[in-house]
Amino acid sequence: MSIWETIIFSLIKILIIVHVMLITVSYLVYFERKISAWAQNRLGPNRVGWKGLLQPFADVLKLLLKEDIVPNQANKPIHTLAPLLALFVAFTTYAVIPFGPDLKIFGYTIPLVVADINVGILYVLALTSLGVYAITFAGWSSGSKYSLLGGIRSSAQMISYEISMGFSIGGVLLLSQSLRPEAIVASQSGWMWNAILQPIGFITFLVSAFAETNRLPFDLPEAEPELVGGFHTEYSSMKFAGFFLAEYANMIIASALIVTLYLGGWQFPYLETFGLPYGWYVAISVLTFLFKEALLLFFFIWVRWSLPRFRYDQLMNLGWKVMFPLSLLNIVWVAGLIMIFKI
Amino acid sequence: MADKRRKKDLTFLERIYIPEIIKGLLLTLKNMLKPKFTMQYPEEKFIPGGSYRGRPVLVQEENGEERCVACGLCSRVCPALAIEVQAAETQREKERYPEKFEINMIRCIFCGFCEEVCPEEAIVMSKDYELAFTSREDAIYGKDKLLVPVHQLKDRIEFLRSYK
Ligand code: SF4
Ligand code: SF4
Repeated sequence: MSIWETIIFSLIKILIIVHVMLITVSYLVYFERKISAWAQNRLGPNRVGWKGLLQPFADVLKLLLKEDIVPNQANKPIHTLAPLLALFVAFTTYAVIPFGPDLKIFGYTIPLVVADINVGILYVLALTSLGVYAITFAGWSSGSKYSLLGGIRSSAQMISYEISMGFSIGGVLLLSQSLRPEAIVASQSGWMWNAILQPIGFITFLVSAFAETNRLPFDLPEAEPELVGGFHTEYSSMKFAGFFLAEYANMIIASALIVTLYLGGWQFPYLETFGLPYGWYVAISVLTFLFKEALLLFFFIWVRWSLPRFRYDQLMNLGWKVMFPLSLLNIVWVAGLIMIFKI
Repeated sequence: MADKRRKKDLTFLERIYIPEIIKGLLLTLKNMLKPKFTMQYPEEKFIPGGSYRGRPVLVQEENGEERCVACGLCSRVCPALAIEVQAAETQREKERYPEKFEINMIRCIFCGFCEEVCPEEAIVMSKDYELAFTSREDAIYGKDKLLVPVHQLKDRIEFLRSYK
């Protein structure tokens, strides 16, 4: 492929992914409201459009029409930058996540990932840690106590959980011997899913993913009852919507990462032995990916409406005294597996 | 010693959280599948029982007269000062009647004291809860809106007779 073809294909892939993500995010908000309603024996939004399906658009329209308030004490450039940074991080991370096998069309072979880079996982880790800045900036630049407390909590929380996250990924890397997401997916063929081979690592990664996305039970930076709204107390209108979007986009990325690292990525176990035509193989693989992703997103929302928030000291205890040693133990476990079974 | 254990000390199983988390998740999942309690309000209306305290109304006899004798007790007892009564006289057997009877529905707090104090069972709480006004003037209900035929208030009057 020439450089121009690569650029054109990449642009098409980027456009598709951005749009799919935006639509998924808006419907994720809808499902969040629906599932919360079901868990509380309510019906949830059902007035705008058929079964309330146009609700997300009504929400966005409402937010667009609100006045954009910047507090007097705020540091205006950073106050504006923070939501943009959050959105940037949320959307760029997706570039390295493979969502299907290579697509063969009109004589071209197109990998179904925007950027197949060999340091993919490192790239994801780097960008998600950048996400802390968005929240810390937002908290600090608002010039409000609550926001500042939210920002500080967020940075402390993210730092402590990023460590166990990194170490749990270590186990995956040992098995795949590569930082390329494609290679990690390939190393989990059949039922050799990392979630089955290293359940401890799976759990520590899952918990850290919850902490990284600031979702309940780890939503301390927001903590409505104690901090009003945490880091986004002083945000309104589209800037608030930016944080909102970023939170849900982060959820999508976290679940995509979990699927890629632990649940076999886009692979349907033993699909290649069924002898299907290649087009079907690609379609089923992409659908498998979307299905796993949807299940995880449901899990994220389900957990949010079931569990209470952790207290701050409990959170730190859990992060440093439980998650961190467990993720180390996981590495030892995986190394043992490799030694004994020569996988 | 087992009895020295404080209530908030968790057992080992509780401290590894996961079984408890699964219990919680199953509980919410069970509730997701249960039938819902929501009433689709404008289409589907809540019909309250006799014990419900909606807006206070004046009882109108079958012959079209009000029961109220304009004693003013309700206006006196009303904690929100919502009622205004002005008495006048007629040539009928029951001489007094309220010339003007107004309840300010913005002030009313639906306590039901007026109903409790009325010696004539002339003011009772109805089942009407759909109260919306577009101006303050609209919220002052005069006799035209307050008078309700007695047969519509049977439930409440029966309730009052059996429990008051
Ligand atoms: S219900 Fe209470 S507040 Fe309302 S008019 Fe009667 S006494 Fe006054
Ligand atoms: S409604 Fe009852 S308490 Fe009030 S003025 Fe009439 S008779 Fe008296």
